[in-house]
Amino acid sequence: MSSSDLSPTVLRPYGDTTGDGMVQLSFTLPMPHSKLAEGAATQLAVTMGIDPALVVHAKAMGPAHTFFVVYGRVNHLVDVSQVRIVERDYALLSPKEINLAVRKRLRRRLTVVGGCIGTDAHTVGIDAILNVKGFAGEKGLEYYRELRVVNLGAQVSVPQLVARAQAERADAVLVSQVVTQRDAHLFNTKEMSAAFREAYPAATRPLLIVGGPRFDEAMATDLGVDRVFSRGTTPGEVASYLVHSLVTARPVREESRGSNV
Amino acid sequence: MSGTTLALDPVTVRKARSLARKAGRPIVRLAQQHTTVSVERATLRLAGLRGADPDGTPWVNRLVDAVRADTGIESGVSLPVWDALVRGDAADLEELATKAAVGSVRFRVPGGRDATRARSAASKAVGAGIRRIDARRRERERLVRRWGDAPQTPWIYLIVATGDIYEDMPQAQAAARAGADVIAVIRSTGQSLLDYVPEGPTREGYAGTYATQENFRLMRAALDQTSAELGRYVRLTNYASGLCMPEIASLAGLERLDMMLNDSMYGILFRDINPVRTFVDQRFSRQVHARAGIIINTGEDNYLTTADAVDAAHTVTVSQLLNEFFAKEAGLADWQLGLGHAFEVNPDLPDSFRLELAHAMLARSLFPDAPLKWMPPTRHMTGDVFRGYLLDGFFNLVGAMTGQSILLVGMMTEAVVTPWLSDRDLALQNVRYVMNACGNLHEDFHPPPDGFIATRARQVLAESVELLEQILDHDKGLLDAIADGTFGLMKRPTDGGRGLDGVARKADVYYNPATELLEPTR
Repeated sequence: MSSSDLSPTVLRPYGDTTGDGMVQLSFTLPMPHSKLAEGAATQLAVTMGIDPALVVHAKAMGPAHTFFVVYGRVNHLVDVSQVRIVERDYALLSPKEINLAVRKRLRRRLTVVGGCIGTDAHTVGIDAILNVKGFAGEKGLEYYRELRVVNLGAQVSVPQLVARAQAERADAVLVSQVVTQRDAHLFNTKEMSAAFREAYPAATRPLLIVGGPRFDEAMATDLGVDRVFSRGTTPGEVASYLVHSLVTARPVREESRGSNV
Repeated sequence: MSGTTLALDPVTVRKARSLARKAGRPIVRLAQQHTTVSVERATLRLAGLRGADPDGTPWVNRLVDAVRADTGIESGVSLPVWDALVRGDAADLEELATKAAVGSVRFRVPGGRDATRARSAASKAVGAGIRRIDARRRERERLVRRWGDAPQTPWIYLIVATGDIYEDMPQAQAAARAGADVIAVIRSTGQSLLDYVPEGPTREGYAGTYATQENFRLMRAALDQTSAELGRYVRLTNYASGLCMPEIASLAGLERLDMMLNDSMYGILFRDINPVRTFVDQRFSRQVHARAGIIINTGEDNYLTTADAVDAAHTVTVSQLLNEFFAKEAGLADWQLGLGHAFEVNPDLPDSFRLELAHAMLARSLFPDAPLKWMPPTRHMTGDVFRGYLLDGFFNLVGAMTGQSILLVGMMTEAVVTPWLSDRDLALQNVRYVMNACGNLHEDFHPPPDGFIATRARQVLAESVELLEQILDHDKGLLDAIADGTFGLMKRPTDGGRGLDGVARKADVYYNPATELLEPTR
């Protein structure tokens, strides 16, 4: 460990005294409330490294379950210098921050065109991201005042998508593929990205984003798109990424484009 | 209904209601002038057509699509369908749908005596469905008498949503035993945008369980079993919203569901469903709910999840007034109007609790005979479950002090996980503590007329009147207001949104036995 004037990197949880290691936890066991159930709760906590473990509350929930609250001293340490975290390569922003960034830096609304290509009729994914209703407690992109959303729905052909993106002067194109067979989602995506490369000079091509449960987030380059989002992606993540790529990371180009509008 | 009411200025209240009526009337006319594929499919469902083809496309969709290809839906599908049956093209609806699907039947709009015969046959078949809905309503009334009703208000409303109906049933039964008076089965994400109702029992959904006739039947039977055991009729709720609203309302009536989420504008604003489609489907579905004795729950809480609960408080009131007008016009009685509102004021705001009280009392005072639905905090639930538990306690307290009728139980794990068994148990303890400690507090609670609460309520009512006037200032009233984003940020033009291609203006010869039978007599 480093000298005493530096803060220690090895830590224990803190209850009310440095080094006491106190934690609390709550859980349910699928058994009726009894002395045995309380013993089982204590034993589980000890196995988790809490010793002594104090079951401070046990309550029957229906005939077959018991809820416990346990306090105790955990005998594990954490060395902060050894903690590894994976940083997202863009910052997660709140809707307010996103609107502000677009307004201040882009100085016009950012246009997003989205839809499902191929024969996929499942708009669950694109709607979860675009509809105001949103997903996982987050509002969809339509909710963001500074984003202009054009949702084309399902079964959009690639030429239609390109034409609409051009007509709307899209900054970004979002494509969702939910139900696919024999890797149709990969084929469709490649066809889509090729069409955009053909229709646009490289410098003005809109940002291409695909999403769906079958995609691997590392496939972006193979597919010719800028970003792949997989299962569980929320609208806030997509909006933050849009701001990162189109507003924050490329200020010069975007500002010159913005001033034309 | 219990609960203290504020002494609102009766002239302002009358004005608000009359403005809502003025805004709503042209919409009712619009709804009367149009039909939709879903209204036509609902009519066939009432006539008893069930099931789906081997690909899972319901027969009602196949049959309506086939008729539409031959004659359009401007005249309704009833005349062409029963004309074909009377002529002997098929023995029954299902056989006709099967034949129509392969193109071996041609449909026409009959005239003269053929039309009379078709009309009479259609009326008989659809009338049987309506009578079945009537019978299910009487059955509910009988069972409530036999088993007893919820012992107290507010009714305790709990949500179940596993995606698998066979998991939902034991969970719903456990929730009922734990004290729930109402069970809501959340639908799979995106069902509102499907232009068909899936068939049969379903075991897979995204964050919810599909609404199907068979799932309705299974869940109602499971709750009947538990109701008998508990000596208390446990109500079942689902969602009549989205593109298939009229069909789902009909299935709810046929399977004795007790409450349905059913908002006049939610689909337009939050799901980008075409406004005309929504208003036509809305009117039909509300007529079915009126007939079936179903309590509707409106969706005003949604406004506050996208807009600030203080700035947008009056949009809730305006929506409640519009929902009330549309509901009563469709034949629903006061006891069926579960108008919604929510506890969503930012808790960091000074006097946030007093603001909540003011808003809740305004709703209670404006709609003294409606079973108001009180919705818990979601927007300011952060993952700090301890703080969330306290917020839910204050939410319950407002519910007790203002005599709310249906209380959706807040979960401290909102925004963290779908509720665990222990979350539900803790949440119910929270409700019970508050109701036991001060369920009758409204008897002592009379905010002074010049105090903060009464003043705030008057202010929100005044802003509501202003907003209604603003809506009426538009050339085409409510439709234009919806188009230009008067409600929140969502601009929904009359010719945009999903489902517009399923709308048709009725021809002079339009005939639909269901709309004739359901039209309230006045």
